[in-house]
Amino acid sequence: MGFSFIRHDTNVDFVGMRHKAYVLSIVLILVGLLSIAFKGGLTYGIDFAGGAIVQVKFDRPVADDTLKKSLEGANLPGLAVQRFGEGETDYLIRISNSDESTDVIRTAVTEALKANIKDASFEVQRLEMVGPKVGADLKSKAVEALYYAVLLIAIYISGRFERRWMASAVMAGTLAGGMYLLGLIGVPRLWLVPFSLVLTMVLCWKLRLNFALGAIVALVHDVLITLGVLSLLDKEVDLNIVAAILTLVGYSLNDTIIVYDRIRETLRTHRKEWSYAHIINASINQTLSRTILTGGTTLVVILALFVLGGGVIHDFALTMLVGVFVGILSSIFVASPVLLHFGMPEEEKEPAPRVGQEGAV
Amino acid sequence: MKEGFRWRLAVVLAVLLFGAAYVLPSLPGVKSSPLGRFLPDSTISLGLDLMGGIHLTLGVDVDKAVENSLAQMGQDIRTMAREKDAFVLRPRVLPGDRIEFVLAKAEQREVLGELLAKQFPQLSVAAPQTTDDGQLRYVATMKPEYRKNISDMALEQAVKTIRNRIDQFGVAEPDIRKQQDNRIQIQLPGLHDTQRAIQIIGQTAHLEFHIVRDDVDAEKAARGIVPPGTEVRPMVRRGADGSQSELPLVVDKEAVLTGEYVADARPGFDNFNQAYVMLTFNSRGAAMFERITQENVRKRLAIVLDGKVYSAPVIQEKIGGGRASITGKFSTAEAQDLAIVLRAGSLPAPVSVLEERTVGPSLGQESIDKGIMAAVVGGAAVMLFMVVYYGVSGLIADVMLCFTVLLILAGMAAFGATLTLPGLAGIVLTLGMAVDANVLIYERIREELRKGHTVLSAIHEGFDRATLAITDSNLTTIIAAAILYQFGTGPVRGFAVTLSLGIIASMFTAIFVSRVVFQAWKGGSGDKRLSI
Repeated sequence: MGFSFIRHDTNVDFVGMRHKAYVLSIVLILVGLLSIAFKGGLTYGIDFAGGAIVQVKFDRPVADDTLKKSLEGANLPGLAVQRFGEGETDYLIRISNSDESTDVIRTAVTEALKANIKDASFEVQRLEMVGPKVGADLKSKAVEALYYAVLLIAIYISGRFERRWMASAVMAGTLAGGMYLLGLIGVPRLWLVPFSLVLTMVLCWKLRLNFALGAIVALVHDVLITLGVLSLLDKEVDLNIVAAILTLVGYSLNDTIIVYDRIRETLRTHRKEWSYAHIINASINQTLSRTILTGGTTLVVILALFVLGGGVIHDFALTMLVGVFVGILSSIFVASPVLLHFGMPEEEKEPAPRVGQEGAV
Repeated sequence: MKEGFRWRLAVVLAVLLFGAAYVLPSLPGVKSSPLGRFLPDSTISLGLDLMGGIHLTLGVDVDKAVENSLAQMGQDIRTMAREKDAFVLRPRVLPGDRIEFVLAKAEQREVLGELLAKQFPQLSVAAPQTTDDGQLRYVATMKPEYRKNISDMALEQAVKTIRNRIDQFGVAEPDIRKQQDNRIQIQLPGLHDTQRAIQIIGQTAHLEFHIVRDDVDAEKAARGIVPPGTEVRPMVRRGADGSQSELPLVVDKEAVLTGEYVADARPGFDNFNQAYVMLTFNSRGAAMFERITQENVRKRLAIVLDGKVYSAPVIQEKIGGGRASITGKFSTAEAQDLAIVLRAGSLPAPVSVLEERTVGPSLGQESIDKGIMAAVVGGAAVMLFMVVYYGVSGLIADVMLCFTVLLILAGMAAFGATLTLPGLAGIVLTLGMAVDANVLIYERIREELRKGHTVLSAIHEGFDRATLAITDSNLTTIIAAAILYQFGTGPVRGFAVTLSLGIIASMFTAIFVSRVVFQAWKGGSGDKRLSI
């Protein structure tokens, strides 16, 4: 047998550490939310806010200030210059939304650079312009995507964990109906996302879908912390970031599902002898090595993307990096201990259906 | 057991063959080789963000098309009414798809009413009001279904014209498609001169010929006072240094001829090597042009393109043969582009650029290089880890990883999917997530071995128990990917495609293929040890 990082008989009292973990989580979430609130909401990239970016590459280093000064006379609204990647050769020039056509922007930038920066030649590598209309459309599409993702995943996990698909159908019906009503009275889609999340949690609580509730708490936890980090680092939310967050929503559930399955398995075998806390803790420990290994390999490739993948997907990789990392921790420290607070689930009626096929890993 | 193994192995080999067959054509040199004839045609195409090119979203101003159509109806009502000796005055387009006109004699109300009902069913006419001087004022509204018809046709026509122009411009594999909200999406791979592309695509190219009224007082005209039936149009003057200035020119309001009748347009050079555009009219246009020049000898004929006068030569004599030229100190490229645009016909309504994304070729190549670098380094790290951690079993997982990547690429080729930069990121991400399934199975096998199971039963248990959990846990990621595909734009869709293909392929290789490999490896032997 190969070696292991984590001994198979590891027994760390994760459940005992839950209060410290909760405090840390809440602090992280609060710091993130405060940062978002303090900065007046998340900053949107040009995909959603509209505007233009011009990526230029110089053949030799040019200082930030020189570049900024040379563009100041060009009369570009909301001009911001930002280094792109390492070194002083690649820059991103941002221009806020305006009625100017791309031609005007391109000409203004190139003329200003040609006139003011004599000792280095440059190339416009990328130019993106998103008009206000398209920006608004992309935004509503992104919100719609988030909304349906939350809806579908909520329904899936509420049915998945306890195999109570009836409850899940009730859930789907209530969610769809509730959202439809809210939509009718003109609640914007963006607000429907948190609304549907809260409604899902309430429904899970009422229907006693404990595992589903835990999974959703963990999911919200991961996404909130990730968004907070993005805000703290002054990253802009664009289409790629939304894609990263949706992927995270899907991926961070992977680990949670594995641990939860093990808890249900242990519940079946040790319900009588062990306390719920003990069962949960034993399950976390038994699955610890696979939680860390699967998350770890994913982190490794994301790190490779982050370091080597180039500027265009840098923020995407960063979002994934933060999210996957938080996701690993949350499936150990948050998702499982939080189950304790919902009470021990009732005994499953049919004793372990289809043993051999179904099973915890 | 033995039987099951055989068909499993057959499936694995078939899938491997399928994968190779679809991936090979995408490798350089294979398609043209003798082997290429036996392989499928489809290859993986690169997205604009990787190969460089222009992505444009154009908005077609269909309101303008509706307005034009209403203005045309106004003229038609006037002409047709005159044929019945009724005088319709001052047709004017009003906001809200309405048109206003005045009937000079109130007693001709029935004549006009009959004409409107018969010839203009697309208008709903309100009861006319009597004005102070005894005339009748009509307001008619375009019916919504007809409006929709016009805007649909305008969009259709715009797509056709733009496609025509791009084809003439010579872009390999352009992608032009209609979108909702009167938008057109255009993808021009490998093209980098955005300015020129937009100039060609976006120019309305509405060509008109107007008779110049040199008899009108130029000073008054400059102040905007012109006789009825005439209007001021700016005339573009170009200096030798390329600078432009505009000069007001008074012309007859009604065009004598339009670009509709142009059959061909070609760039040419005059004796001074100055570029111009040579127009050839179709037979009807040629006849009209001959008549116009005959009737207006010694007058000037203004050639108006999109509202601006390009030249206004004096008509020396009747011109037969249906040829005319547009001069205006063009550069060679400008003359070429103008010829393309006139040949392809005018746009039915103005268009505006709502979104533009241009990626230069150097950045595209850079992205490919960096993406592949990240994939190689990330993949190598994961593979190394698996071998060190799981020994021979880790090696099997590594082979499965390569198989997974092969299947992703094959799937993309088979579906004709486009590889974008986020798509490349999706493949890299899959490298990390694909081994998850292997890890889950192997950890379970280790656990079973610790419990004292034999190697064979541990393998059996490990695979059996992991299968459903792997499927279930991956399903959430697939849900996310499906939603991304549904709502995402180009690059993000590429990510959704590689991610979902990656997950499906990795489940197949980890659960199905690697089980076959384990069976082949340990199935027959009574081995007591397993390198895992």
